[in-house]
Amino acid sequence: MKPLRQLLDKMHPLFTKGGKLEPFYPLYEAGDTFLYTPGEITHGPSHVRDALDLKRMMITVVAALGPCILMAMWNTGYQANLVLDAGGVSVPEGWRGAVFSAIGLTANPDNHLANLLLGALYFVPLFLVSNIAGGLCEVIFSCIRNHEINEGFLVTGMLYPLTLPPTLPWWQAAIGIMFAVILAKEVFGGTGKNFINIALTGRAFLYFAYPSQISGDRVWVAADGYKLVDGYTGATSLGQLGSLDPANASMGMNAVTNSVAEGGLGMSWMDAFLGIIPGSMGETSALACLIGAVILIATGIGSWRVMAAVVLGALVTSGLLFAAGSDGNAVFAMPPHWHLVVGGFAFGTVFMATDPVSAAFSNGGKWVYGFLIGFMTILIRVINPAFPEGIMLAILFGNVFAPLIDYFFVQANIKRRLARTHVTA
Amino acid sequence: MDQLEHFLSLLLKAVFVENLALAFFLGMCTFLAVSKNVKTALGLGVAVIVIQTITVPANNLIYTYLLKKDALGWTGISSLSGIDLEFLGLISYIGVIAAMVQILELILDRFFPPLYNALGIFLPLITVNCAILGGSLFMVERDYNFADSCVFGFGSGLGWAFAIAALAGIREKMKYSDVPDGLKGLGITFITVGLMSLAFMSFSGIQL
Repeated sequence: MKPLRQLLDKMHPLFTKGGKLEPFYPLYEAGDTFLYTPGEITHGPSHVRDALDLKRMMITVVAALGPCILMAMWNTGYQANLVLDAGGVSVPEGWRGAVFSAIGLTANPDNHLANLLLGALYFVPLFLVSNIAGGLCEVIFSCIRNHEINEGFLVTGMLYPLTLPPTLPWWQAAIGIMFAVILAKEVFGGTGKNFINIALTGRAFLYFAYPSQISGDRVWVAADGYKLVDGYTGATSLGQLGSLDPANASMGMNAVTNSVAEGGLGMSWMDAFLGIIPGSMGETSALACLIGAVILIATGIGSWRVMAAVVLGALVTSGLLFAAGSDGNAVFAMPPHWHLVVGGFAFGTVFMATDPVSAAFSNGGKWVYGFLIGFMTILIRVINPAFPEGIMLAILFGNVFAPLIDYFFVQANIKRRLARTHVTA
Repeated sequence: MDQLEHFLSLLLKAVFVENLALAFFLGMCTFLAVSKNVKTALGLGVAVIVIQTITVPANNLIYTYLLKKDALGWTGISSLSGIDLEFLGLISYIGVIAAMVQILELILDRFFPPLYNALGIFLPLITVNCAILGGSLFMVERDYNFADSCVFGFGSGLGWAFAIAALAGIREKMKYSDVPDGLKGLGITFITVGLMSLAFMSFSGIQL
């Protein structure tokens, strides 16, 4: 390791003031602190000594995302292989097929390696595209504005591709993340200074700019070149229920749980919990998100208050709507325990709503903020026919109101303490 | 019961789905200028709620009994029935709004001087705030009756107040942001409002 340290030390003067490469100091700094513990101390007047710095915090989130990423790749491949296998095709089309046959694998949904590899061939390019495009914006901004490049971006670059459908064109993924990094983060000054969740801003931008590539029944299963075969719709459970003809609304949940031949999706609660369903890549598995949640809560990185409040809000709201019922709207028939495992609910709750920058800061505020998100998610899912899934917009909505919620909690605290000390303001 | 449900859906629609500030971008000048801190923003929000709740029903009465075609029939004078004074709409609504704002200003000056000082020039400017006039014009366009317009006036004012309070909260938080010099002030506020309305898109498409 010593030669590396010496190399970095030798390069150091080049990047400092007066050096040849001075404008690129943030790049050097990023490389240095990525490899070694920085020797710097806080610049401002408040000094907090803590082993938990920004870097370790962000890396913990990345580690917590591990199960989700694995599951994303496996399930993407599994869903694609199912379709290919049913269509009697042994190798997918295009360059992915070339890689596939070079290794000697076939599109067999029972072969876990084939599933994982095919999924990776979809996930990794989107992941790289997002990181390169977003990273480029980040580097340019930090070089011009002289701030550090830090691991905050790594988390955004990790979360963002997980929220995308596997079939999304690469250029769209790049545009989405560039929009998010520039307009939701860098213009506010970089990591920790934004008010709205960055990864979700990018996804929302794509959602409204290119709706046909990110919603509907066709985008969730990556089987390019092949029409989805008969008896396999590729619809998500929420999409299926939302688009159900009012005349058939009495089918209710049967439209999801019935076998394909009977007009359902052949989906069970356990499938949805484990994540063997079509959907955005990282969001399908509630189990993987649960593992992530345990890691985040155990290390104290993610707020258990926010997660608990979101789940509570969703349960209460969906319970009420489920009890109320409706004649023409099939989504009402989705029971509360289903709402927790389908769509992006688990992923959003664990990784997006708890984003420490855009969530509420005060402990009481976190409960209100979380509850608002859970409530809004179910409300959008159930009563808004325009959007089958609601967690993305609900979290953005929560972000918008988080500072206001904090304001009221802080004012209440001030008032209470003034009363306690008998000081008249 | 049906009536209650109707009012409730009208209220929710006015507050969220058709939010004056974030869905129609009305009343932007005050929205951007008086949102630097939550306290003032809340004060202005309350002022807008009050003004909206009074002016929309008041304008509704004027519209129904004076301006609408055949509106003057209630006088019983045969030569007056059949007259259509709708072209006087804009000027009469503005007049009502101006009078209401003046009254509110007197009340604030007398009873809440700190709020009166904080709002400053923007209080009289509510007179020409397009959110207020927009509320009255929406009322005419959508043929609300008197009860509807009371609910709509209150709801649209409440929605605007929510929006400005949320924006003020965000701007207070943004004290810790490091905005590029060229964007400081209004520039970044425009971007913020744009991102906020992205979040408010969650309501678009809700049929109530």
